[in-house]
Amino acid sequence: MTAIDRIEGRACVLRGNDIDTDRIIPARFLRAITFDGLGEHAFQDDRIQAKGDHPLDDERFAGASILIVGANFGCGSSREHAPQALMRSGFRAFIGESFAEIFAGNCTALGLPYAILEADDLAALMDSVVLDPEQQVLIDLEARTVTSRAGTVAARLPAGVRRQLLEGSWNATRVLLDAGDAIEAKAERIPYLSDFPA
Amino acid sequence: MTKPTLPISDSANLLDKVWDTHAVRELPSGQTQLFIGLHLIHEVTSPQAFAMLREMKLPVRFPGRTLATVDHIIPTLSQQRPLADDLAERMMGAIEKNCAEHGIRLLDTMSGQQGIVHVIGPELGLTQPGMTIACGDSHTSTHGAFGAVAFGIGASQVRDVLATQCLALSKPRVRRIDVSGKLRPGVYAKDVILATIRQLGVKGGVGYAYEYGGPVLDAMSIEERLTVCNMSIEGGARCGYANPDQTTFDYLRGREYAPQGSSFDRAVGWWKSLASPPDARYDDRVEIDGNAIAPSVSWGINPGQNIGIDERLPSPADAPAEERASLEEAYGYMSLKPGDPIAGTPIQVAFIGSCTNGRISDLREAARVARTGRVAPRVKALVVPGSQAVARQAEAEGLHEIFRAAGFEWRLAGCSMCLAMNPDKLVDREICASSSNRNFKGRQGSPTGRTLLMSPAMVAAAAIAGHVVDVREVL
Repeated sequence: MTAIDRIEGRACVLRGNDIDTDRIIPARFLRAITFDGLGEHAFQDDRIQAKGDHPLDDERFAGASILIVGANFGCGSSREHAPQALMRSGFRAFIGESFAEIFAGNCTALGLPYAILEADDLAALMDSVVLDPEQQVLIDLEARTVTSRAGTVAARLPAGVRRQLLEGSWNATRVLLDAGDAIEAKAERIPYLSDFPA
Repeated sequence: MTKPTLPISDSANLLDKVWDTHAVRELPSGQTQLFIGLHLIHEVTSPQAFAMLREMKLPVRFPGRTLATVDHIIPTLSQQRPLADDLAERMMGAIEKNCAEHGIRLLDTMSGQQGIVHVIGPELGLTQPGMTIACGDSHTSTHGAFGAVAFGIGASQVRDVLATQCLALSKPRVRRIDVSGKLRPGVYAKDVILATIRQLGVKGGVGYAYEYGGPVLDAMSIEERLTVCNMSIEGGARCGYANPDQTTFDYLRGREYAPQGSSFDRAVGWWKSLASPPDARYDDRVEIDGNAIAPSVSWGINPGQNIGIDERLPSPADAPAEERASLEEAYGYMSLKPGDPIAGTPIQVAFIGSCTNGRISDLREAARVARTGRVAPRVKALVVPGSQAVARQAEAEGLHEIFRAAGFEWRLAGCSMCLAMNPDKLVDREICASSSNRNFKGRQGSPTGRTLLMSPAMVAAAAIAGHVVDVREVL
């Protein structure tokens, strides 16, 4: 696994709060046994209804690797298909006011950083990127900042998640396996796994 | 100087105690490696996890602690194999193969125990107080009704649990929600959770586990508590739970996977010790006035956008600035108008079912209403039991005949039109009165379809009237 300390690239601005994972990837695309091909269906119904006037179809944002969103992004269903679809359509990181927890956990498992900004800083960043979509936006996990032409502002990320990304330990399976026999030892001390010792 | 390790204090809440019981170790990231006592899987979010496991050449660590069923894609008219939908058939084939290969028990449609994963866990006695439970489905919070700590997870985390029976998690804060007073007639558990989400917001629970309590929760049956805990995720909470009590123990006694004989008595002793004491510590406390809760109906595009049946739709102009855009978006999508009553809104579809409200007590309440009339012309009304066991019980009580006589379709068990991954879908701009949990844009299968969330009794009443109506008028 690779350590992730910074993500730099052009950004796409998707305004609005409480954007749920059903909108990110409608349930009919979950009728599959792999995540292959999900990228082309990201936000499909929103995009059809916007008749081309959707940020993901805006040529000025074409090739963006950072998605800038509002509050409570990714609420609803736990489907990992949501960050998978966004990753497969080219996004490597998210910046927003807040993220739903299961979505955030799925992003971590995929090595996709999500940076949380104060509302004012986020609004300024969105305006700056909309005005000048060619600019590079930098998420610096080490320094805990986001830098754009709007300036450098403080960014938050849960400490544990930041550390997993910086250490390259975001695929949790290997880390959890390191506990070795301590897992079985713990299981033996859990009452319902040992017939509730008196 | 290092601080001595203190034993868990007397004022530890249930989550503290369950966390401590299952913590394997602190991870270098600062998160906890938490042992997962019960892992539930289904056909949508497990095949990718098994594929990752294969790629990493890892076995399933505790195959006996994972149980599988099929629910999301299962058709509710005919479950004849091969399924008519080739993609659904492939998903069925994948979970059958993966379970056989790894020695995992699969409760399929032939088992007589198949159903929505959050319905069968409780009814089989698999879900018990003090457990940690994980499932690749956000409504796993449902199982908290027993005093379990239950997390919805994504496919990569399903892989983590299969490979290690553990998750890497940060301990949530705990918000105690006391629902005071007494519910008025016609007001159900669904209304309690809708009112709670309305009050605390759809992101109010981020960072928290919700502990539900107070006189209203104490008086509830397990099935009602399941409904409340089910929608914790709709309030942004990572999980939700109620403390185990005599109601919990009485429900569990004699169930297939519950402890039997003297084990049960020892289990009750442990379960009792887990409940949060009266002086438990909490990170936050909130009170909801149970006396003031009315039958509630969602009108917008998230579950927090709901009102009492007597109320009029809110004006965006009166809302805080940061919410105005969301309200306007909701009005645009729903084609409803601020200031209008929600009562009287015409519906074309009625759906009774889901992990929120697909249990026998839900069907009994809906049938009470169904007895009072016939489904309105041009309304399509579906009753989808949450499990095969619920269906058998309903049929033994004759509920299916009541529904059929009133013009409802009586279907086979599954998730059905809650998320429309099977053939049960809205068409175009249809409005559905639904006992499910999400009114997101496009949720019920039509990209422009509209959902009004409400209790099963309210759905039945709307089906008969042809529009949204106060169930108290017909009860």
